[in-house]
Amino acid sequence: MKAIINITLKSGVLDPQGKAIENALGQLGFTGVNGVRQGKLIEIDLSETDAAKAEASLTDMCEQLLANTVIENYDIQLDKSE
Amino acid sequence: MQAAVIVFPGSNCDRDVAVCLEAATGTAPLMAWHGDAALPDCDLIVLPGGFSYGDYLRCGSMAANSPIMREVVAQAHKGAAVLGICNGFQILTECGLLPGVLMQNTGLNFVCRDTRLKVSNAQNAFTHLYQQDEEIIIPVAHNEGNYFADEATLAGLQEHQQIAFTYGAGDNPNGACLDIAGITDRSGKILGMMPHPERRAEAALGGEDGKRLFTGIVESLA
Repeated sequence: MKAIINITLKSGVLDPQGKAIENALGQLGFTGVNGVRQGKLIEIDLSETDAAKAEASLTDMCEQLLANTVIENYDIQLDKSE
Repeated sequence: MQAAVIVFPGSNCDRDVAVCLEAATGTAPLMAWHGDAALPDCDLIVLPGGFSYGDYLRCGSMAANSPIMREVVAQAHKGAAVLGICNGFQILTECGLLPGVLMQNTGLNFVCRDTRLKVSNAQNAFTHLYQQDEEIIIPVAHNEGNYFADEATLAGLQEHQQIAFTYGAGDNPNGACLDIAGITDRSGKILGMMPHPERRAEAALGGEDGKRLFTGIVESLA
């Protein structure tokens, strides 16, 4: 089973890279960009076939390593088609 | 007294720290490799600067989960003193021994220069040889030194005198909350700081402001 984990900065946490991207978009002439936040996407291939167990395991992974919950949120999406 | 320096793949200034510790204690510290699962009982453990594991995922996150860190955390909980410098500070926050997190510098640049530091608390186990509010010069060299914590955590740090060092007025190199350069746990025996005291611990290096940190903690533990 495959999983995609999106890790994003919590609202209120300053994102200097997002800000730099926003400025660069403005310099390229893209108007109407009200804000940019940069995050990470992690793809994980699991041998687990039970979705509930996979989700529990992925939550543990996020809490222990993949995200720093002081500043980051995580969102787990399971691809159950395989 | 037993001191140890933990060496991760990508550590730097680990040998400089060893020189400072040997000058303060008279004996060379143990150099412990990150993959070791055992560590002899230590009075003082130093996590040096650098780019452990290439800063993959987040600075310090891989090192915080390495085999040796389970030992370091266990010994810290039993009362061993721990000093984390630069990447070592990042590792201390990632493993939960210190609160908050070190984020990317607001200027988006790696900053490598001398900084003016104020000793905000000269009464903990590391800083007692400095004067309260004394200004010292210690160099920084980092890309992720922007200390961040939520309001409640920052208030707690202030209330319990856990802010050991702040950047001098107008000299904050990274955008850190409250100009924080270094903090301790509530006991004052676990210190994390972004500036590198070992890089200014001998006259030949341009100054000796960092030396009292090492002699101070060694005296505290004697």
